[in-house]
Amino acid sequence: MSTAPHASDAPGAPGAPVLSVRDLSVSFRSDTRTVHAVDSLSYDVAPGEVLAIVGESGCGKSVTSMAVMGLLPPTATVTGSVRLGGRELAGAAEKELEKVRGKDLAMIFQEPMTSLNPVLTVGRQIGEVLRRHQGLTRKEAREKAVELLALVGIPAPERRVAEYPHQLSGGMRQRVMIAIAVACDPAVLIADEPTTALDVTVQAGILEVLQSLRERLGTALVLITHDLGVVADAADRVLVMYAGRAVEQAPVDELFAAPRHPYTRGLLGAVLRPGQEGKRRLPEIPGLVPSLTAQPDACTFADRCTHADERCGAERPPLIPESGHRVACWHPVTEPAATPSAGHEEAAR
Amino acid sequence: MSAVREIPTPRETSDDAVPVLEVRDLERYFTTSGGVVRAVDGVSLTIGRGEVLGLVGESGSGKSTVGRCVVRLDEPTGGRIALKGTDITHLSRRALRPLRTDMHLVFQDPSSSLDPRMTTGQIVAEPLRLHRLVPKSGLRARVEELLGQVGLRPEHADRHPHELSGGQRQRISLARALSVAPDLLIADEPTSALDVSVQASVLNLLADLQRDRGFGCLFITHDLAAVEFLADRIAVMYLGRIVEEAPTAQLFAAPLHPYTQALLSAAPVPDPTTQRARERIVLHGDLPSPLSPPPGCHFHTRCPVAVDRCRTDVPELRELPGGRRVSCHLVDSGRPLDGRSPANSSPSGV
Repeated sequence: MSTAPHASDAPGAPGAPVLSVRDLSVSFRSDTRTVHAVDSLSYDVAPGEVLAIVGESGCGKSVTSMAVMGLLPPTATVTGSVRLGGRELAGAAEKELEKVRGKDLAMIFQEPMTSLNPVLTVGRQIGEVLRRHQGLTRKEAREKAVELLALVGIPAPERRVAEYPHQLSGGMRQRVMIAIAVACDPAVLIADEPTTALDVTVQAGILEVLQSLRERLGTALVLITHDLGVVADAADRVLVMYAGRAVEQAPVDELFAAPRHPYTRGLLGAVLRPGQEGKRRLPEIPGLVPSLTAQPDACTFADRCTHADERCGAERPPLIPESGHRVACWHPVTEPAATPSAGHEEAAR
Repeated sequence: MSAVREIPTPRETSDDAVPVLEVRDLERYFTTSGGVVRAVDGVSLTIGRGEVLGLVGESGSGKSTVGRCVVRLDEPTGGRIALKGTDITHLSRRALRPLRTDMHLVFQDPSSSLDPRMTTGQIVAEPLRLHRLVPKSGLRARVEELLGQVGLRPEHADRHPHELSGGQRQRISLARALSVAPDLLIADEPTSALDVSVQASVLNLLADLQRDRGFGCLFITHDLAAVEFLADRIAVMYLGRIVEEAPTAQLFAAPLHPYTQALLSAAPVPDPTTQRARERIVLHGDLPSPLSPPPGCHFHTRCPVAVDRCRTDVPELRELPGGRRVSCHLVDSGRPLDGRSPANSSPSGV
């Protein structure tokens, strides 16, 4: 805890964000074209807060987190600022980043099997982080590893610590990944689709672990997901991305109750809700996601938007206001949420 | 499992009364170096004409193996499969061939089930050519008609799969499946690889096509919301066996089996107010190894309400009133388990 003064702040307390991303842009250049995967993205995460970054495939949500971690290949051009507790990470030397990654800033991925080393015991893999960043001895590291396995809800941790990844189920492997990630008590944990590869009954357990870590360790969580059910369950605030840009950002209740961007509205309308009476037709979003080869001075959603006019095709809408419920749209929707949510609440009674 | 019913011999009854698919006591055992895996262990299902049966389960439940056995991509090791009254369990590939127009399979990942070197037109035309359903001169017109029915334009026929989006590719799979006008469509996680907004349009399409064409459908998925949207009836599988079957509305309103209850309560609802107010049944432990499934009820190791009897006696899949079946010692004549009233255990809460 000594390395994490942030943890003393109450979760969600106002004050300095622990992670602050400003005007982050990522592009990939090939011989023939340049792809702008992320376009001037900014967000803050407060200590102990859960920020969900939501979007569909190709919206740039994963590239954003790889850029924050400094894990993108050299073919990527990254601009902008990533500040972790006052320290600038963008453009920092690899040596500096190695000191931060796994210690102050950690990440877990969708598929734990590809992130774990198959020939090392899980105890060894958890211990590796502790020995590297905290200088523990092999014995101390093993003891701490057992504690961490217990923390993430693995039964019989004394036995499991000596097992190899293939001996564990998918859910257990993801718990091991979480144990590795939180071993050094990071200020920020980035979780990229942490439950997507898991069954729902297993997912429920993982979401509970992440929740308890936030409560017990005060870890800020950046949760990257496409699953709006997971967002509704776990997030404090939500950032919606579309075609590399942030289109809306709001506290979770507000976003679901009164989405203001037409894309967010479309996304929430298209999602299946259990208990919807009869076989109503699902609302669809017409058209396709635009290619990311241009950075148009326009709203990237304009082509698919029913509210779009000339201005939407000519001027890029800023994400306004500065805080609270922010939306990047020239014609934000003002009526409260469409029927599904209200209808659903009714059905719940 | 349930009592063995005789599968009627073909043409014995009128065509409408014969179910499109009848599966009795289906078994698929795999022999591995570690022992025998009972991937499918005595599954019985019936799909009537134009009926959509959702087969739901988590990874390793055997739901996909059931689908693969039904289309004979996999050889069952026991039980019987009848397609429109014809026993196809052990038909040779050659004898099966004319029946291939009666059933078709749509897979989860359209990019791996479509040949990347063929144009989408050739892909959709292939079944028509193989079964000689359309003269060569009429192929193009028929293909364009089919593409239109799945919401694609005629010029899409000249593209290759990699030029299309994931949703468009899944539409191609559907057009190919529908080209032979099957009476039974087996859809194995057809929307699971798709984004939310694309998934909505593919589900709408499936629902429209099903209504217009009236084919029966075995809809295999882990996605409870998708199955609720599409299915008339739902069967829930756990470790190779069906644990509960019920009409869709009833299953969501009042799940009887503790596993179904846990499954429904675990799926998060996309609404923060509702979701955070829900009581979630978190199952402890993992899915047991299918190599050595637990004795008695397969679910007892994770069941929050298991009693001694569950650890020793295999519960029978009993018929209940209202077309329901459930396999649990604790479910008494259709009343849900105490302490888990449907109001707080089902996500619909209806």
